[in-house]
Amino acid sequence: MSTESIVLTAVQDASRSWSAIVHGWITTVDHKRIGILYIVLALVFLVIGGMEATILRIQLIVPHNHFVSPQFFNQMFTMHGTTMIFFVAMPILFGFGNYLIPLMIGARDMAFPRVNAWSFWLTAFGGMLLYFSFIGGYGLYGAGAAPDVGWFAYAPLTAPAFSVGHSTDFWTLGLLVSGIGSIGAAVNFVATILCMRCPGMSLGRMPLLVWLNLVMGSMVLFVISPLTAAQIMLAVDRFLGGHFFDTQAGGSAVLWMHFFWIFGHPEVYVLVIPAFAFISEIVPVFSRKPIFGYPIMVAATVGIGFVSFGVWAHHMFTVGMNSYANSFFALTTMVVGVPTGIKIFNWIGTMWGGQLQFKTPLLFCIGFLFQFLIAGLTGIMLACTPFNWQLSGSYFVVAHFHYVIVGAILFALFGAFYYWFPKMSGRMYNETLGKLHFWLFVIGFHLTFDFMHIPGLLGMPRRIYTYEPGRGWELWNLICTIGVFFQGIAVLIFVANLVRSWFVGKLVGNDPWDAWTLEWSTSSPPPEYNFAEIPVVSSRRPLWDLKHPEDPDLDV
Amino acid sequence: MSSATLAPSTLESKWVLPSRGHVGMLCLIAAESAIFIIFVVAYIFYLGKNVSGPGPKDVLEVPIFATICLLSSSITIHFALSAIRREKLGAFALWWFITFALGFIFLVETGIEWYRLIYHHGLTISTNLFGTTYYSLVGLHASHVTVGLVLLLTVSIFALLGKVRREHEPRLDVLAYYWHFVDAVWVVVFTVVYIVGR
Repeated sequence: MSTESIVLTAVQDASRSWSAIVHGWITTVDHKRIGILYIVLALVFLVIGGMEATILRIQLIVPHNHFVSPQFFNQMFTMHGTTMIFFVAMPILFGFGNYLIPLMIGARDMAFPRVNAWSFWLTAFGGMLLYFSFIGGYGLYGAGAAPDVGWFAYAPLTAPAFSVGHSTDFWTLGLLVSGIGSIGAAVNFVATILCMRCPGMSLGRMPLLVWLNLVMGSMVLFVISPLTAAQIMLAVDRFLGGHFFDTQAGGSAVLWMHFFWIFGHPEVYVLVIPAFAFISEIVPVFSRKPIFGYPIMVAATVGIGFVSFGVWAHHMFTVGMNSYANSFFALTTMVVGVPTGIKIFNWIGTMWGGQLQFKTPLLFCIGFLFQFLIAGLTGIMLACTPFNWQLSGSYFVVAHFHYVIVGAILFALFGAFYYWFPKMSGRMYNETLGKLHFWLFVIGFHLTFDFMHIPGLLGMPRRIYTYEPGRGWELWNLICTIGVFFQGIAVLIFVANLVRSWFVGKLVGNDPWDAWTLEWSTSSPPPEYNFAEIPVVSSRRPLWDLKHPEDPDLDV
Repeated sequence: MSSATLAPSTLESKWVLPSRGHVGMLCLIAAESAIFIIFVVAYIFYLGKNVSGPGPKDVLEVPIFATICLLSSSITIHFALSAIRREKLGAFALWWFITFALGFIFLVETGIEWYRLIYHHGLTISTNLFGTTYYSLVGLHASHVTVGLVLLLTVSIFALLGKVRREHEPRLDVLAYYWHFVDAVWVVVFTVVYIVGR
């Protein structure tokens, strides 16, 4: 194993022209650059999606508000949901996976570097296609319109009769294209992890991040495909006059719901499993202890992967399924909580008795632990069919899934950003600003999403444009909106911190956290070929072995 | 730097991982299977829900000849691969071209069937629910056959030019996985559309 990189001054010439640098980034097949491209794409869409969310919250800050028109409000919540899931969460997780997996398994690149670039550009093109609807939604007659059918686009709202113009076409095609990109990325993840490991890196010695991304990649193959199939059907209906979801010709609107949620629910686990992966790498390093219960963590993840394919219809309790289906999906939904609970205990077990170092990455992980627990508990509540009948389609559901996506996934992502930023940039971020980001975001998050449960319980429906005064919703909506500004300021601090540190941060060596996985054995940022010599490993913590030859890790 | 973890060189010699081409193709097949499953489920779900004619019982004829052609192409591609493994390049080129020809006959037969449905029975993708589900499912399969034929023909051309050699066998094997998958999907589509659904 090499801790030094070969110096190639001729290739890494700093005086290259601006156009050559852009050309280099556009034509790159290097997994690290593609990873960063994915992350930058996702951050751009994060800002756009965040602004859409802010518009929604400003509209709801007081009753009878007219900040935006009802039509624009519908477009905003559709674009916010679609953007955040498909063009923020997915690409950002693919980006981190792309960057980290080859480094962690001691490989020089992904299994299919060109497929990797192709997948990224499809995702980027899908996002552009979606946002082009603002210009071309009515078919370039001068005025555009974004899709306004909601992010799950229930039939028959998407039928040509009810979605006039091309806005829904852009939604369908954008998701179809980016979905193909996601499948390409997933094929690459699985093939890389199975076929590119360095000598000695058996499955049982892979870092948990790699294991969890293997599960995530395998899931994506079966998760995105139903969505792709459903989008093809919708495209057939809209472009070729088909009748898949046309109830007047015998088609079924409920079938779309099934197809969408067969994608939609496992998708949540596709997003949260990489978040688990970040936590499983960060918590041990900042607790100075190896992960507690490695094999159980792997087994629990695989278990979540399987069970998550049998829970989709809990999104459809109010549609009117029979009692057997209701019971089945309530039961499976509760079962999925068991392996998830195992994981929470394992992370706590890792921290227990460790020498905790409360740096920014660990703070975000601790935030994740508490908030993910609460998100899981409201999830169990919603799994109870009668309770769900009361609250389905209310702000309680909105609060629940934002607790998962913001409180868990986004917190884990922020932790990952701070943890791997020194590796990606070679420089340290500002710890004070990092902590400020954490505390402002925690305050903002809890102001918005804790208090969002209450109007839901009081009967406030989701996607409502405005509401009457006197229902007891005013105060809660006001608090929710105030929280958004805390979150917005926190994200601005985060971006400013990273951008500033990228240029003027303190230089760090290969391994600022005294960590154990292979990515810290090479230089920061890693050279294009990652490792001058392909490493050979003999335990789960190869870098620990290297630093402590007298006390090697337990061989497995 | 310590070399404590640098394992003995014996490890490296034993270190065998699966081929990335095969794993990648199997992943793609998994994803494609999920797409086909959704279309098959939609087809079965909509059987008998047609509100206007024609229905499958009125117009469909079992494509026995096309099916025999497509399924036997799985056998001929296998012969082609065993020929190249024994370095019999002429036999390889012949079997490979026969595979392409059989697949092509299948596609032509599908075209003839669609012509008959469209011009004699007036069934298009927008006529009724049966038309929508039928053309989508069979068309999705036919598009996969078309992709396979392009790949098969490319290899055939290279074989004619004498550019295909023994060391290309692993890549051709990956391509054969895809072709077997296309055949296996046809078994399901044939059963659902022409036997169960008729």
